[in-house]
Amino acid sequence: MCHQTVSLVARYLEAHDLPTVIIGSALDIVEHCGVPRFLFVDFPLGNPCGKPWDRAMQQRIVRQGLSLFETADAPRHTVYSDETWGDDEWRRRYMEVNDDNRAALARQGEDLRRRRANRERRPD
Amino acid sequence: MSDRKSDSAPVLYMQRSREYYEAQGFERAYRYAHHDTVPFVRLRKPLAACTLGLVTTASTYPRASLEPRKVDSGPTVPAPTRLYTDDLSWDKQATHTDDPNTFCPIEHLQALAAEGVIGRLAPRFHCAPTEYSHRATLEKDAPELHQRLLEDEVDVVLLVPL
Repeated sequence: MCHQTVSLVARYLEAHDLPTVIIGSALDIVEHCGVPRFLFVDFPLGNPCGKPWDRAMQQRIVRQGLSLFETADAPRHTVYSDETWGDDEWRRRYMEVNDDNRAALARQGEDLRRRRANRERRPD
Repeated sequence: MSDRKSDSAPVLYMQRSREYYEAQGFERAYRYAHHDTVPFVRLRKPLAACTLGLVTTASTYPRASLEPRKVDSGPTVPAPTRLYTDDLSWDKQATHTDDPNTFCPIEHLQALAAEGVIGRLAPRFHCAPTEYSHRATLEKDAPELHQRLLEDEVDVVLLVPL
């Protein structure tokens, strides 16, 4: 929900006269929502501003993100960062559903629904 | 249909999560926010003269996964050495969030302010609570974030989701 939340907030702020830039890694969610300015960093979710402890990469990404404030001249302005994560294995693995985990996911879902129901029953 | 056709194409998260939650037994597919029109305003002064506000989806305190969430704020000086992200959905297999500058780049923004790229970084950063409900974000959290950013007298806002 992180990318949808900031996309909705960016739209709200922009509609109230505050220019916004998003730096993020979920291209489809942000573009589906529709935002003014977006730097897309094609990394695993969690580190849109660069790999951990890589100060030089982080600063390049943040600097490029800020540049969109002055280079965008229309909404839905998306720029792709050139930075690379280094391997692509994470793309396949994230939220993967396969025959090995299907039964476990079904149990997780049951557990989650039970916890939500218990929370709703609590008097406080 | 699988989105795993190319090893290097951007992940299609909406499709991926739909398949994942279906496997968990959730019957109704989540409806992601979609808009045909997009607001857009230009800067009123150069970026080098602007005060920049920063919004993250991390939290300044540990939250349980089902705990009600609220807008939260913290000082940018000194920059936080730790922020809380365990209750959020990010790729916990591929990476970690031990380095806050990977998602809340306060130290870099301070450096870029010192360099003159931005005028200054606002004295607070703000934490946007993530909600499934579009309405909760638009009618409760976005106005609260806007109010806090106005109090900080920001001219532009950088938003970074995990």
